[in-house]
Amino acid sequence: MEVREPLEYSPAPARTAVIRFLDVHKSYRVDGKDIPALQPFSLDILDGEVFGIIGHSGAGKSTLIRLINLLERPSGGRILIGDTEMTALDEPALRAQRRRIGMIFQHFNLLASQTVADNVAFPLRLAGERGQAAIRARVGELLERVGLIEHAGKYPAQLSGGQKQRVGIARALANRPEILLCDEATSALDPQTTASVLDLLAAINRELKLTIVLITHEMDVVRRICDRVAVLDAGRIVESGTVADVFLHPRHATTRRFVNEALPEEAASTRAPIVAGRVLRLTFRGATTLSPVLSRVMRESGVDFNLLAGRIDRIKELPYGQLTLTLEGANTDAALAALREAGIEIEELSR
Amino acid sequence: MNPLHSLFPNIDDWGELGRACVDTLLMLGGALALTVAIGLPLGVLLYLTGRGQLRTMPKLYGVASLVVNVLRSVPFIILMIVLMPVTYVLVGTKLGVRGAIPPLVIGAAPFFARLVETALREVQQGVIEAAQAMGASTWQIVRHVLLPEARAGLAAGITVTAIALVGYTAMGGAIGSGGLGDLAYRYGYLSYKSDYMVVTVVLLVVLVQLLQMIGDRIVARYKRH
Repeated sequence: MEVREPLEYSPAPARTAVIRFLDVHKSYRVDGKDIPALQPFSLDILDGEVFGIIGHSGAGKSTLIRLINLLERPSGGRILIGDTEMTALDEPALRAQRRRIGMIFQHFNLLASQTVADNVAFPLRLAGERGQAAIRARVGELLERVGLIEHAGKYPAQLSGGQKQRVGIARALANRPEILLCDEATSALDPQTTASVLDLLAAINRELKLTIVLITHEMDVVRRICDRVAVLDAGRIVESGTVADVFLHPRHATTRRFVNEALPEEAASTRAPIVAGRVLRLTFRGATTLSPVLSRVMRESGVDFNLLAGRIDRIKELPYGQLTLTLEGANTDAALAALREAGIEIEELSR
Repeated sequence: MNPLHSLFPNIDDWGELGRACVDTLLMLGGALALTVAIGLPLGVLLYLTGRGQLRTMPKLYGVASLVVNVLRSVPFIILMIVLMPVTYVLVGTKLGVRGAIPPLVIGAAPFFARLVETALREVQQGVIEAAQAMGASTWQIVRHVLLPEARAGLAAGITVTAIALVGYTAMGGAIGSGGLGDLAYRYGYLSYKSDYMVVTVVLLVVLVQLLQMIGDRIVARYKRH
C-alpha cells in the first residue's frame, strides 16, 4: 500500500480521524475453509471528509464499508469510531452506535409498505421517538432538504430511482448521524440522476460537516465528490491518497484502469504509435490551470509543441488540466525546467 | 309451503341446516383465529432460526421443523382421532364445535407456520440490512419490517389456511363435531338423502369462493404498494 504525502491542495491537514481501522482483516468461512475477503489493513478516515473506496466487484469494498457499522464483523483487528471501539461493544451498545451512522444503499432498501414520510420517520421511531409532532416536524425538514416534500404521502413504488435514493438519504440523516455510509449509492441510477444525487451528497457534507464514506466502481463518482480515495484490489488497498494525486498520477495497474475508464481519450493517445520527439504528460492543478503558463514558456524558449491529448476539468472543486504533448526544439530542457518552476507536474511517457 | 321443499323433498328441517351453517362458521372462525395466533409466531421462529437468518439456531430450527413436518404428515381425520384425549383435557369435550377446535388448530397451525416462513423469506434481505444499520433490534425488525413487508404473502397464507380449514371442519363431521360436514355425512351418506349432500356441497363451495374472493382483494390491496 502506498500512502502519499499530502500536498498543498489537499484537504486541510491536522483533522482528527473519525473512523480508524487498526490491523483489520476479514475472511469468510466457506465449507470449513477460510476465504480471505480483506487482507490486513489500517486506515484513517478524517472528520468531515468525503472518502471514496473504489474497486471492482468482488474486491471487498462492500465488506469494508460494512465493517464500519459492524454489519460485518472483522476476523481480527480493531475498528474505532471517534473514541468508541466498535468491536468491543455488546448488542444494545452497538445498536445505539449504529444510530450515529447513516447508510444508503444501491437498491435503496426502502419499506415498500410504508409511505415516503413513514420511511423517513422509521429510524426516529426505532430510536424511541414517540412524539408525533416532533416526528412530523423532523420528517418535513428532511424531505424539504432532499426536495421531496410534495411526495411525502406517496409509496416508494410510485417514485423514480433518484427520488427513492433521496428518500434513502433523508432516512439516513434522520437521527443526525456523524457519518454517512454510501454503498454504491448511484450505481443503479442514470448519469443525470447520479450527478444530482452526488451534488446533494456534496452539499450535505459541506453543510452538516458530515463525514461520508462511499464505495463505488466508478472513478467519476470519486472525481466529483471525494477528497481522498483508497483503491481496493482483490482484498488489498493498493493505493490511497488525495483524489487529485491518485487520479492524476495513478501508480497501481488497477488504479490506472479506473482512471483510463474516466479518461478514455487519454488512454488511447498513450497507446498510439508515437510521433517523433519527447512525449510528455503535463499536469496543471489549481491556479496554474487557469493561467497562460504553457504559451508563455513556449514563446520564451522557442520550443514547439504538438498536442496529442488533453483534458481540462475539475476534481471536486480543484481545476486541473492534463495535456499529453510532444516537444521539439533545442531548448526543451530549459522549457521543462521553466514549466516545473511554474508548478506544472511533468511525466516523461517516452523519448 | 316452502318452495325449497319441492326442490329438496328430503330436507324437512331447514333450521337444522342453518344451525349447521353457524356451527361450521364458528369452527372456522375460532380455529382460524387460534391457528394464526399460534402459527404466526411459530412461522417467525422458523424464519429467524433458519440458516443464514437473523438468529440462526440450527438445533432449534431442526426440532421446530421436525414437529411441523410430523403434524403435517398425519392425515387430518387420523390426527383428530389421535388427539381425542388431548382435546378432552383442553376443552372438556370431544364433541361439537368446542371439541373440534383443538384438532383443527393443531392440524392447521404447522401448515400456516410454513406459509408464514415462506412469506417472510420473500422480504428483501436489503431492507432487513437497512433496518439493522439503523440500529433496529431483532424484535423491531420482526414487528416493523418483516411482518408489514410480508403482509401480502401473509394474507394469501391466511386465505389458503382458511380454505383448508373448511375442508377439515367438514371431515370433522364424521366423528361428531357437527356442522355441514356432519349433516352431509349423516343424512347425505348414511341415510341416502342425496339432496342434503347437494345443499351442503353448494354451501361449502359458496363459502370457499367467498373466502378466496375476500383474500384476493386484501392481497391485491397490499400488493399495490
